[in-house]
Amino acid sequence: MKTQQYDLVVIGGGPAGMAAAVSAYDQGVRSIVILERDKQLGGILNQCIHNGFGLHHFKEELSGPEYAERYIKDVRARDIEVRLESMVLDLNSERIIQLVSPSHGFELIEAKAVILAMGSRERARGGIGTPGTRPAGVLTAGAAQRYVNLEGQRVGENIVILGSGDIGLIMARRLSLEGCKVHACVEIMSEPGGLARNIVQCLQDFDIPLLLSHTVTRIEGKKRIEAVHIAKVDMQMRPIPGTERRVACDTLLLSVGLIPENELSRAAGVELDNRTKGPQVFENLQTSVPGVFACGNVLHIHDLVDHVSDESARAGRAAAAYLSKQTDTAGGDLIALEAGRGLRYTVPQRLHLRPDLEKLDIFFRVTHTAEEQKIIVESGGKQIALFRRVHVAPGEMEKITLPAKVLAEIQPGAKLSLRLEAAL
Amino acid sequence: MYDIAIIGAGIIGASVAYELSRYRLKILWLEKENDVSLGATRANSAIVHAGYDPPAGSRMARLNVEGTRLMPALCEAVDAHYKNTGSLVLAFDERDRSTLRSLKEQGDANGVPGLQVLNREETLAREPALNPDIVGSLYAPSAGIILPWELTLGLAEVAVREGVDLRLRQELQTIRYEADHWKLETQNETYQARRVINAAGQGAEKIHRQATEPAFHLLPTRGEYYLLDKAVDPQVSHVLFQCPGPLGKGILVTPTIHGNTLIGPNAELIEDGEDTSTTYAGLAEVAQKARRSVPNLRFGENIRHFSGVRANREVDDFYIAMHDKGFLDLAAIKSPGLSAAPAIALYARELLEADGLEVQPREGWNGRRKVRRFAERSPEDKAAMVDANPAFGRVICRCQTITEGEILEAIRSPIPPVSIDAIKRRTGAGLGRCQGGFCGPRVLEILSRELGVDPAEILQDKDGSYIVLGDNRPEVRI
Ligand SMILES: Cc1cc2nc3c(=O)[nH]c(=O)nc-3n(C[C@H](O)[C@H](O)[C@H](O)COP(=O)(O)OP(=O)(O)OC[C@H]3O[C@@H](n4cnc5c(N)ncnc54)[C@H](O)[C@@H]3O)c2cc1C
Ligand SMILES: Cc1cc2nc3c(=O)[nH]c(=O)nc-3n(C[C@H](O)[C@H](O)[C@H](O)COP(=O)(O)OP(=O)(O)OC[C@H]3O[C@@H](n4cnc5c(N)ncnc54)[C@H](O)[C@@H]3O)c2cc1C
Repeated sequence: MKTQQYDLVVIGGGPAGMAAAVSAYDQGVRSIVILERDKQLGGILNQCIHNGFGLHHFKEELSGPEYAERYIKDVRARDIEVRLESMVLDLNSERIIQLVSPSHGFELIEAKAVILAMGSRERARGGIGTPGTRPAGVLTAGAAQRYVNLEGQRVGENIVILGSGDIGLIMARRLSLEGCKVHACVEIMSEPGGLARNIVQCLQDFDIPLLLSHTVTRIEGKKRIEAVHIAKVDMQMRPIPGTERRVACDTLLLSVGLIPENELSRAAGVELDNRTKGPQVFENLQTSVPGVFACGNVLHIHDLVDHVSDESARAGRAAAAYLSKQTDTAGGDLIALEAGRGLRYTVPQRLHLRPDLEKLDIFFRVTHTAEEQKIIVESGGKQIALFRRVHVAPGEMEKITLPAKVLAEIQPGAKLSLRLEAAL
Repeated sequence: MYDIAIIGAGIIGASVAYELSRYRLKILWLEKENDVSLGATRANSAIVHAGYDPPAGSRMARLNVEGTRLMPALCEAVDAHYKNTGSLVLAFDERDRSTLRSLKEQGDANGVPGLQVLNREETLAREPALNPDIVGSLYAPSAGIILPWELTLGLAEVAVREGVDLRLRQELQTIRYEADHWKLETQNETYQARRVINAAGQGAEKIHRQATEPAFHLLPTRGEYYLLDKAVDPQVSHVLFQCPGPLGKGILVTPTIHGNTLIGPNAELIEDGEDTSTTYAGLAEVAQKARRSVPNLRFGENIRHFSGVRANREVDDFYIAMHDKGFLDLAAIKSPGLSAAPAIALYARELLEADGLEVQPREGWNGRRKVRRFAERSPEDKAAMVDANPAFGRVICRCQTITEGEILEAIRSPIPPVSIDAIKRRTGAGLGRCQGGFCGPRVLEILSRELGVDPAEILQDKDGSYIVLGDNRPEVRI
C-alpha cells in the first residue's frame, strides 16, 4: 500500500488543531494536513450554540460556531489541506498514521511531525458507578447537547443533572429554555465543578437548585428512567443514611468530567500523566515521542477555548521549529516540574532548560477553592518567584509565566516546584 | 400446525433452534422481547467452563465437558468470537490446596482434558498480576471466553435463515394440550404445535406449571459485575477463579473478548427474576473479594456495571426432562449453561427422538454465517472494503472502530435490530469506554433513516426504552 508523506499532520480539526495548523503555516511549514473525523471543522464548538467564547482572545463574546468560523476562515485562507470525515485509526512511534474516510478509503500517511489535537470525551455512567437499573434516559450532557442543538430532538421533560461541569450547567439553561423542568443539579464535591459565571447564568438565573455535597445513589426505572435517589454525602463522599430522597424524573444528564482522548497517543507510545490523563509534555508541548506534540483538550481539560487557541498556536510554532531543526529538544538540562501542595497538576510536566528559552508558561489547577492565595515557585529549596491570586478554584485553570530572569535562577538537576499558600 | 414450538430465545433456545433447523421440521420460536438474547444470556461471566465443578458422573458434568469441547467449532461456524484462555482456580492456604486436589480428581473423572495443579511460582509466572500470597492453582487449559449474545445471534440468524419461524414480541401466556397438540396463546396470537420446548429462562417455571405437574422451583439469584476499560493495567490473561469455600463461590476476574477486565459476580437471592439492577452493597462486595486475587485492580477505570440473574433452583442441577405429550423442559439452566448449551441442544434432540419425533436431514442445510468486521481486517482488506462501499470508511463508534457499513449490514441481517443496543450486540458499536456516548446519537440517526421511522420511535433496548421525545420545535421545521 502506498504511503503519503507530509511534513506536519494535525490530528483533530477542533479549535486546537486549527490554531496549531495556522501557526505552523505562518512559521513557514507548507506541507500540512488536518485530519478531522467529523463532516466539518470546529470540534465540540459546533454544538455549543451559547455565547461566552472569545472574551480573552477576540475581546468579544461569540457563540461556539462563530468562534470556530474565525479559525475556519484562517485555515481556508492558507494552503492547508483539510480532510474531513477522515478518522485516524492508528499512530505509531515512527509517526505513521492509518486513516480511513469514505472518499479516500483506507490510507497510510507518514509525517515528519504530528500534532495531537483530538480533544476529549465525556465520562460515562460506568466511570462514576451509580448503582440501580440501566434504563434509557440516562445520557451525558454532551450527548443531550448534540440531540437538542444539532438534531432538534427533545431529550426529556423532567431533568436531573448529576455533576456541575460546564456542559451540564449550559444544558440546564438550554433545557429550561426549551420548556423542560430541571429539578436539580447534584454535585458530590463541596464546590461546583464549572465556571462561576455559569453557576450564576445557568442555574441561579433559572432558580435551579445546586445541591453541593450530594449525589445520586440509585437510578430507578426499567425501560425509561423514572426516578433518582439523591442523598447528602459525608467528608469521604459516602452517602449519609437517612438523607436520601426520591426525585421523579424522565432524564438524568451526566456532567461528571471530560477525559482527554488519548488512545492514539497511547498507541504511539506517548507517556501519559495520570493526573491530567493527557501526554506528559516539555515546555514546547512536545511529548515523550520526538516530533509528536499535543495541545488543547487532549493535553489537559480547558474551560476556555481562548486558552486552547493560545496553547495550540504554541504547539504549531514548536512543531515548525522542530521541522526546521531550530530546536534540539534534547539540549539543555532536563528539569521536572512538581505540583506541590494545593496543586493538582502542572502542564508542562518537564522542561529542557535551554539558554534561549525566553519565558515559560505553566498551566495548572488547584485542589480547592480559596481566597487570597500566593503561588510560590521554588527551585532547589529556594523561592524564585511568587504570584498572587485573590481567588482560586478547581474549576478555573490557572496560568503563570516565568520570565527569562526567573528561569536563570533555576538550579540544574533540581525540581521546579509550585505550591499554593494563604497570602495572609 | 408446527411440529415444534420453542419458547425463549436465550442461548438455550438458540442452540436448540440451530440444531433442529437441520431437519425437515416446521418450527415456531417465541420470544417475548424485541430481540434475542435479552435474558440471562446477555449478562453473565461469558466463560466456557472446563467442567471440573459439577459432581463426578453427573449429567451436568457430561453436558458441560461436551459443550466446552464443541464450543470452538460452533463459534467458528457462526463467526462468533471464542478465545481459549485457560483458567486458574487460586489457592490461598492449605485448605484451598486440598480443594484444588479434589477439584482435579473430580475434573479427571469428568473427562476434563489436561488439568494440572500448579505451585506458587508456576502460577505467578502465568499470571504476574496475582496476589503474591497465593500458594498454588488448578490450571484448566480447555477453559475459554466468548461473547454470549454474539454466539446466540449467530445461532439464531442461521436458524431463521434455515426456516425457523422466529416471532419476537410474543409472550407465551397460556399453554394447554388439546386432543393432539399444544395450544399456545400469546398476548395477541394463538399457535398450535405438536411438541413444545420450554427454554424460557426465568419464565420457565410458570410455563411448566401450566403444562404439567410442579417439579422444580426457581430461585432467582443475582450477580453483579464491574467491567473495566481495556488497555488498563494490571491485565489478566486467564479466567481466574477463587476456591469455593465457606464464604461462597468466590469472585472471578477474567479478560473479555474485547480486552476488558470483567469482575464478579456475587450471589444474592432476589424476588423478581428480571431485576437486573446493581447495588452499592453488591458492587462493594465484588470489589473487596476480587482484590484478594488481583490486589491492584483499578476500579476507577470501570466503564460499566451490570448484573444478571441466574435461574437457580432448589438443587444444584439443571431441570431437563421430557414429559408426556411432547413437552420438553430445558429449565433452570444455570451456570455452566452457556458452556453446556451446544451439548444441551444435542441432548434435547435425542430426547425428542426418543419421544418419537422423526428427524430427517434437510438438504442444503448450511450451518455457517459470516460477519464483516472492519477493525479485524488487514490494511489491504480495509482498503478494498471501503473501495467497494464507502460506508465502511465512515467510523461511527470510535472506541471499537465500528463503521457505518457494518451497521447497515446488521440492519439487513436475518433478525433486524430495532434498538441501539441491538446494533451494539450485532456490531459492537457502543461497547467501548464511552458506552455509546459518542455513537449513540449517530446510531439513532442511522436506524431512524434506514427503518424510515421517527427518531422518537427508536429504542435504547427493550420496548418502552425510548430515547428522544420528538422534534424540539415542530412548528419551525419544514
Ligand atoms: C459543551 C461545552 C461547552 C463549552 N463552553 C465553553 C464556553 O462557554 N466558553 C469557552 O471559552 N469554552 C467552552 N468550552 C471549552 C472549549 O470548547 C474546548 O476547550 C475546546 O473546544 C477544546 O478544543 P479541542 O480542539 O482541544 O477539542 P475539540 O473541540 O473536542 O476538537 C477535537 C477534534 O478532534 C477530532 N478528532 C478526535 N479524534 C480524532 C481522530 N482519531 N481522527 C480524526 N479526528 C479526530 C474531533 O472530531 C474533534 O473535531 C466548552 C466545551 C464544551 C465541550
Ligand atoms: C450472573 C451469571 C453468571 C453466569 N456465568 C456463566 C458462565 O460464566 N459460564 C456459563 O457457562 N454460564 C454462566 N451463566 C449461566 C448462563 O448465563 C445461563 O445458563 C444461560 O444464559 C441460560 O440461557 P437460557 O436460554 O436458558 O435463558 P435466558 O437467556 O434467560 O433466555 C430465556 C428467554 O426466554 C424468554 N422468555 C421468558 N418467558 C417467556 C414467555 N413467557 N414467552 C416468550 N419468551 C419468554 C426471555 O425473554 C429470555 O429471552 C451465568 C448466569 C448468570 C446469571
